[in-house]
Amino acid sequence: MATQILMPALSPTMTEGKLARWLKAVGDDVRPGDVIAEIETDKATMEVEAVDAGTLAQILVSEGTEGVAVNTPIATLTTNGEAVPVAAPVAAPAPVVAAPVAAPPAPAPVAAPAVPDKDWGPTKPTTVREALRDAMAAEMRRDENVFLLGEEVAQYQGAYKISQGLLDEFGARRVIDTPITEHGFTGMAVGAALNGLRPIVEFMTFNFSMQAMDQIINSAAKTLYMSGGQMGCPIVFRGPNGAASRVGAQHSQCYASWYAHVPGLKVVAPWSSADAKGLLRAAIRDPNPVIVLENEILYGQTFDCPADEDFILPIGKAKVEREGKHVTIVAFSIMVGVAMKAAEALAELGIEAEVINLRSLRPLDTDTVVESVKKTNRLVTVEEGWPYAGIGAEVAMRVIEHAFDWLDAPPVRVHGEDVPLPYAANLEKLALPQPEWVVNAVKKIV
Amino acid sequence: MAQAVETRKRGKAKEPAVDQAELLKAYRMMLLIRRFEEKAGQLYGMGLIGGFCHLYIGQEAVVVGVMLATKEGDQFITSYRDHGHMLATGMDARGVMAELTGRAGGYSRGKGGSMHMFSRERNFFGGHGIVGAQVSLGAGLAFSNRYRGNDHVSLTFFGEGASNQGQVYESFNLASLMKLPAIFVIENNKYGMGTSVDRASASHDLSKNGAPWGIPGVAMDGMDVLAVKAATEQAIAHCRAGKGPYLLEAKTYRYRGHSMSDPARYRTREEVQAMRTQHDCIESARHQLEALGVEDAEFRSIDDEVKAIIQDAADFAQSSPEPEPAELYTDVLREV
Repeated sequence: MATQILMPALSPTMTEGKLARWLKAVGDDVRPGDVIAEIETDKATMEVEAVDAGTLAQILVSEGTEGVAVNTPIATLTTNGEAVPVAAPVAAPAPVVAAPVAAPPAPAPVAAPAVPDKDWGPTKPTTVREALRDAMAAEMRRDENVFLLGEEVAQYQGAYKISQGLLDEFGARRVIDTPITEHGFTGMAVGAALNGLRPIVEFMTFNFSMQAMDQIINSAAKTLYMSGGQMGCPIVFRGPNGAASRVGAQHSQCYASWYAHVPGLKVVAPWSSADAKGLLRAAIRDPNPVIVLENEILYGQTFDCPADEDFILPIGKAKVEREGKHVTIVAFSIMVGVAMKAAEALAELGIEAEVINLRSLRPLDTDTVVESVKKTNRLVTVEEGWPYAGIGAEVAMRVIEHAFDWLDAPPVRVHGEDVPLPYAANLEKLALPQPEWVVNAVKKIV
Repeated sequence: MAQAVETRKRGKAKEPAVDQAELLKAYRMMLLIRRFEEKAGQLYGMGLIGGFCHLYIGQEAVVVGVMLATKEGDQFITSYRDHGHMLATGMDARGVMAELTGRAGGYSRGKGGSMHMFSRERNFFGGHGIVGAQVSLGAGLAFSNRYRGNDHVSLTFFGEGASNQGQVYESFNLASLMKLPAIFVIENNKYGMGTSVDRASASHDLSKNGAPWGIPGVAMDGMDVLAVKAATEQAIAHCRAGKGPYLLEAKTYRYRGHSMSDPARYRTREEVQAMRTQHDCIESARHQLEALGVEDAEFRSIDDEVKAIIQDAADFAQSSPEPEPAELYTDVLREV
């Protein structure tokens, strides 16, 4: 049977090439693997190997020809001494053109359904630290597949004492000290999650997660999609995020915008003890990778937290922490406290600010923010991180998209200064948002 | 207690008695992989497969030999040169080929491509495009076995190029500390893309790369399917006994370029031809089988069967429709 040898595509971008040289002549025997020709592509000169055995019956494109389209027949091969077919180049097979993808529908807002905050009954004063520990303990009691690993989480009882007591209750099988090796233990935990376990990975601080970011993004966040829905990754990455106090540039930055950028991840940023407990429990139960951005300065702060043993919060739902009608202040994590202080100061000036605690950064509760702006007609965002492509930019853009006509003034962003965080006490304070920055921002637009 | 590092060159210290049925099975699988890869190369040439496509031709004995030593329930994970591993774990040629052509019938419904395919059912965990990332993930698969208290092992394949990545050694350390049932298989095909192992690794005996962590290592002839099987059996026995990880170095060779667009100027044509003509894993298995009295007719029948499977897979991969546009938005997150 005669086989046609077609001009091959030799790189992802090649559409045509030059047939530089024939290394076999008409009448030559060809074996699989023999180099028959050289072809110049847009990238390199490549050797073309024969796939089938036979005799080179015809050369249809002579050497030196440029611009030979991929899939053009370049030669004919016959087997078993059969007759050489007539030298009419057969039309190349119809090129396979990818069907144009229909214009994608506008991305649906990813906010969670607007379920009103359930009343969880009596509360008790709880530190954020205790709330996080209690959340892990409760979920570890509930699900045998949940375990905690990280640096100093077990015998040392946690670098920030978040995992205090967990080793005693759950033992070394489920509370696991790792060496200082973020890339390795994160990858290991992701592998365990792909196989159905539910790891909680503690980063001593999120600054060290940069060592492991490839595993978080390329392995944890993308595998469900790349596997066509077969292989999910139920895992939690948690630890303190953002500036601590006087620890310098490498230990003080906010990863909110970094992780919230990535489809396939969920990102939450608790402020109060209730946020911490409710969101961490939801994160552990979630079948997807969830980043829990905690804050070291908040760990020791006390808030009222529901005492109900089943208390949990939905991911994707913001909370209105304070109602007001003149301006909407949107914040997350430690900046909610800054916004609340600013709101108190503003109240003394007769300005009633509505403060929204985002709780969840991805998905982002656009509805709650937009509804608020429709009432107040003004927006101020507050974040500790850098402004460039930050969460404030995202929130402001969503408000512009969904409530442009309700805005009476341009949105204003309050954010950490666009510099690496300095060490000196006075400079550090100058770099991080203070309540008066928020007050001033509000005064500009009210 | 640190374990002694064993180094048995080329895995041939003892000649195992050859089991004809098993060798035939291995021969058939190696041939299936080779024909599959040749077809994939053809379809790439026709523009039916896009992007990166890394062929396994030449290295078939490694994954097939390892597979012979494993049992159902063990897990597998590898890099982007992964088509052979998928077929060896029993994944369907149709689904793999249709993923290469980016069609709805592919294992990932067209959303993964050559480098990203998975099968929960066959315990194949990918298919990973970031060099070395699968090594930590493979340690995690082993971790899950130990956590659950079962006797399964994970088999993690990576190239000698990946063996220079830092996370590989982080994983060795973790696996050894935690005594994980992890078998690390270095497929040393001598070139990490265009850089020869001598130019990339200061370690000259990669089988000893786990030694500082007390991980025993063995180098084996990766062109000899039974040698690979024998060495892997030893590794698996070690792991299943709870003694921790084990490192295997398969000395192998890829006949094709790193990817389809590699002109392979970093090695001579003679070097490639010498490997093909003198060390080919399929040819040697065939000679062994002939010596055992397997007749031509049987080889022809295997050949025909394999050809039919590949042709069917290629037809399916071209007739399966492209994924629906709506697929773009599915599988980003699991519904809670």
